Amino acid sequence: MYRYDEFDSAFVRERVAEFKGQVERRLAGALTEDEFRPLRLRNGLYLQLHAYMLRIAIPYGVLSPKQLRQLAMIGRKWDRGYGHFTTRQNLQYNWVKLVDIPDVLAALADVEMHCIQTSGNCVRNVTADPFAGAAHDELEDPRPWCEILRQWSTLHPEFNWLPRKFKIAVSGAAEDRAATGFHDIGLRIVRGPDGENGFRVFVGGGMGRTPYVGLEIRPFLPKQHLLSYIESILRVYNLHGRRDNINKARIKILVNQLGIEKFREDVEADWARSRKDSVDLPEDEIRRIMSYFTPPELPARPATDEGVERRRLVDSAFATWLKHNVRPHREPGYVSAVISLKEPGRTPGDANSDDMDFVADLAERFSANEVRVNYTQNLILPHVARADLPALYDELVRGGLATGNYDLLGDMICCPGLDYCNLANARSIPIAKEIAKRFADPERQELIGPLRLNMSGCINACGHHHSGNIGILGVDKKGTELYQISLGGNPKDAAAVGTIIGPGFRAEAVPEAIDTIVETYLANRDEGETFLDTWNRLGAAPFKEALYGAA
Amino acid sequence: MPDVVTANRLVDGIVVYLAKNGGWTEDLDDARLAETEDETKALEAEAAKAIAARIVVAVYPMPVEVENGHVHALSVRERIRAAHKTTLTKDWYDVPL
Repeated sequence: MYRYDEFDSAFVRERVAEFKGQVERRLAGALTEDEFRPLRLRNGLYLQLHAYMLRIAIPYGVLSPKQLRQLAMIGRKWDRGYGHFTTRQNLQYNWVKLVDIPDVLAALADVEMHCIQTSGNCVRNVTADPFAGAAHDELEDPRPWCEILRQWSTLHPEFNWLPRKFKIAVSGAAEDRAATGFHDIGLRIVRGPDGENGFRVFVGGGMGRTPYVGLEIRPFLPKQHLLSYIESILRVYNLHGRRDNINKARIKILVNQLGIEKFREDVEADWARSRKDSVDLPEDEIRRIMSYFTPPELPARPATDEGVERRRLVDSAFATWLKHNVRPHREPGYVSAVISLKEPGRTPGDANSDDMDFVADLAERFSANEVRVNYTQNLILPHVARADLPALYDELVRGGLATGNYDLLGDMICCPGLDYCNLANARSIPIAKEIAKRFADPERQELIGPLRLNMSGCINACGHHHSGNIGILGVDKKGTELYQISLGGNPKDAAAVGTIIGPGFRAEAVPEAIDTIVETYLANRDEGETFLDTWNRLGAAPFKEALYGAA
Repeated sequence: MPDVVTANRLVDGIVVYLAKNGGWTEDLDDARLAETEDETKALEAEAAKAIAARIVVAVYPMPVEVENGHVHALSVRERIRAAHKTTLTKDWYDVPL
């Protein structure tokens, strides 16, 4: 993984010292809250319902065991012993004290981490396929390009005060596991006409109040021009994006108001006259950054393993975990293993400090010292020898982290909602827990098959409800929490925004409504169909009728 | 319906209420009640001093109801704030207060 050079270290240390001074001036009264707020938000520090919340950047979801242990230590020492992995591959602490923040930031800097660009109207932490560098279907590792984007965008003077926040996701694989369709810019590495890899560039995707799937602005961008082209997109947005209305300030609104053709024309015109040579990285610098992402040396191991096969036959929980949480690796003797943070009873995405230490140990023992964070709020050990799976699984069972529900109904994405968040209108965590309880039976989840259920506690859609096969949005209706259900969203390749199925449900009625939807799917599905297949074939009618009765 | 004035404490962000005995309390039952609009304004004026003194931030009044000597917040949001924790930690871990 990337290691800080002297410039990075000095820069992050300077930022820690700067914010330490700002905190001290706030506490001493030299800064009012109005003056301090934009400064703390520049450092990932929010004031939420119960306390301050600190959001820590995990660049493109990659963590070393040392970093994960430091996060565990921070949770123990300065928070309440747990953190929350977010849908942007970041980590949030929910109970940090303002007075402790300088110490926390210094501890993060000790392991090459920080909170810069985790909030504010700038280019946010770039996200990526969490299986990057390991996946069997990968054309090219996206992480070096994420790192290049990170370095380029960090405190970029031109783009430090954009109309609104800006999110970029990069995938280098055949399957889109980074929800690139729902980002301000989505980048897919593709093979070009001359056999060279480049980027297929999408723009204007996003969730929130006005969800859009990103539109293709360029079918193929030569890799060496990534920065200059992204710069032109940002420049057009920075100039023409609305600043008068926060609800219309994201690039998706601009793209859809201008139309993709006109937006493309403006970007291409800017790009044509831009000084590409002053922005695009020279070849040797690209190579230097790529060298940090040299794949780990994985000794050859057998592609099949008798121990795994024997265990699969006699242990159904292991077989389920193997089927859902273990994904193919580019090396035949290896796999990537998903550690679900979604067992029934757990707040989706929460991990306590002991869990973090435990996963760090497992990464050292089983996964070439690497851990990944998935935007679906799970952890991943990317490089596990197939033959080690029974031993890894036994450890996970011991640590209470062996739930085999990845990409099944129980693997819900869920924002913090009104239990923590100042923006939320309704709770999401208790609803997720009630649904998890209702569908706790692994055999039933197995019968249902792949089903992405996403839930947000407000219209800002941190819980990605728009892209859920089943999406739940909590709203406040005259003081009562009400939950709108949408169906048919898809975060993957045929990205789609879900359709609201009808009037909302009160909290206590939501699990039953989800059950009704699932049963309607099971009753109507053709052989081999997923929930999404059945929805795409039948549309809303049978689901509406089941939920609300005949029209 | 009486009002209380709530805020977050500056140093740690914890939810507090302007208290009966002066100062700020984490316990809604100890909050000072304002029965009239003028009393609410007086509480807000006192809170403004606490903002200037860097004791609290994010101050606002909110309606409550009193039942059997206990003060209850009305909205879900304020009930959660008054509880000082998520309402659902009992299953998996108990958040120490």
